[in-house]
Amino acid sequence: MDPIVKVEHLTKTFKSRGREDYTAVDDVNFSLYPGEKLAIIGESGSGKTTVVNMLTRLLDCTSGRILLDGEDITNVRGKALREIYRKVQMVFQTPVESFDPRRTLGDGISESLVNHGMKKKEAMQEAIRLLSLCGLEDEFAKRYPHEVSGGQCQRAAIARALAIKPKVLILDEATSALDVTVQEEVLNLLTKIKEEMDISYLFICHDIALVQNFCDRVLVMYQGRIVEEGIPDEVILHPKEEYTKNLIDSVL
Amino acid sequence: MREPTVRKQNIHHNHLKTRLIIFGTLAILLVVCSFFSEYLCPYDPYLQDLGNAKAAPSLAHLFGTDRYGRDMLSRVIAGSRTSIYSTLLLVGFITVFGTIAGIVCAWNGGRLDSVVMRISDMFLAFPGLVFALAVAAVLGGGVQNAIIALAAISWPKYARVARSQTLAQKETVYIRAARLSGCSSSKLIIKHILPNIFGPVLVTAMLDIGTMMMELAGLSFLGLGAKPPVPEWGSMLSDTRNLLATHPWVTLAPGFAIFVSVMIFNLLGDTVRDWLDPRNAR
Ligand SMILES: Nc1ncnc2c1ncn2[C@@H]1O[C@H](COP(=O)(O)OP(=O)(O)O)[C@@H](O)[C@H]1O
Ligand SMILES: [Mg+2]
Repeated sequence: MDPIVKVEHLTKTFKSRGREDYTAVDDVNFSLYPGEKLAIIGESGSGKTTVVNMLTRLLDCTSGRILLDGEDITNVRGKALREIYRKVQMVFQTPVESFDPRRTLGDGISESLVNHGMKKKEAMQEAIRLLSLCGLEDEFAKRYPHEVSGGQCQRAAIARALAIKPKVLILDEATSALDVTVQEEVLNLLTKIKEEMDISYLFICHDIALVQNFCDRVLVMYQGRIVEEGIPDEVILHPKEEYTKNLIDSVL
Repeated sequence: MREPTVRKQNIHHNHLKTRLIIFGTLAILLVVCSFFSEYLCPYDPYLQDLGNAKAAPSLAHLFGTDRYGRDMLSRVIAGSRTSIYSTLLLVGFITVFGTIAGIVCAWNGGRLDSVVMRISDMFLAFPGLVFALAVAAVLGGGVQNAIIALAAISWPKYARVARSQTLAQKETVYIRAARLSGCSSSKLIIKHILPNIFGPVLVTAMLDIGTMMMELAGLSFLGLGAKPPVPEWGSMLSDTRNLLATHPWVTLAPGFAIFVSVMIFNLLGDTVRDWLDPRNAR
């Protein structure tokens, strides 16, 4: 089976005046297969966010190649860039901040549909359907981000990411800002969605325990490199790298 | 412990609302006055009556008459057309232009940004009125040229505000999320950036109205703005200043008009700033 996302030799070096160049992501290679739930774990600062920012083209890479559904998106711009967001979507770590404070959640959720040509009214109806899929009532469409809780806002953010029916959903520490019970609910929601649509998850996280039940495969990142890869149970029970051992020990 | 704070906030909030209504109404009154000044003047502001020159305030002439016997009240009202209306036009224009410049610079960065910002630094380094004097002198007198001179030196402030606000907004999570929703740059700016930087830009503009009014009057006072006999508060002041000791009403009328208008617009600006301050958010 062809991977839906393939990343080859991805590298990011931050250059800033008065400071040494810093390579946050160093020769990263991995593939994500259709329907897969892939996790990237690693301590904070290990470069996970930088990887997914390059993957979604919010950040230009220094070198390497990104293939999305067979298409090279490493350098796409303008209209072609906007088209890739039909296939890949992301849920951010801070749910409330990921919505425009001056627009309703309904506006935010329907925005991608409107931008890709749907009529406003239809898009709003679809937004309401997505909200109910994510376990929120209709009236949330009219609320502003500061009027809902973090967990509710993250559900709305997931609804927004799903609106365009992407093939890949990236979740960058999407549950880290939520408390444990809400975290659980969001994971259940993601599992339920997975049953209803054909989608792959790239699940970024620094919590190994969370990954163990939820993901099919896990990559361990350390200082910008992928140091280990495997099935969660195996990685957790028989870590090959010293770093992974420490990471596991620190959680348990 | 909680209730008193909530009540205090409410009182503060109501207080703000009252201020907003009072100063807003006064400012709107001034603007309406200036717009319909032609119909509000009791006499023709240009009509001379040398037999009744320098008359003290009376029921017929509330602010007295000047040295040509022209009714001061009419001249002050007619002057509001030039002073208030021109100021608003000026502030409106530089707000739009400066904001666009600031947003474009912040959004694109790079060379264009550096060049425009260096130019704006240059303008900001000079004392404003001195520079306006030079520009107005080069362009020659007239209200229109005074406005152009002030616009030329005043837009950098707006460009700075819009630029720094846009830079801050550009890096927010919701702008990144909007990108992922397939927004083009123009859509991002119009739908997301503009509404979110509108507050600070508006406050800058409101607080600037008073200053601009003074500077416009200042230029006219120095003979570089409105030309007599066109009624304008600054040039009326300069025209009549040697009568201050003997016939004070002639000088005080335009002076008072400037004072009151500047104060009303400044107080309104202050109130709007407090109103939009997130710390006072409901
Ligand atoms: N814009 C940037 N400029 C310079 N350094 C950066 C920038 N963004 C991230 N970094 C650095 O890159 C490293 C990786 O960051 P990040 O990808 O956010 O890690 P993670 O998401 O795993 O916590 C960190 O050390 C961070 O300081
Ligand atoms: Mg991160």
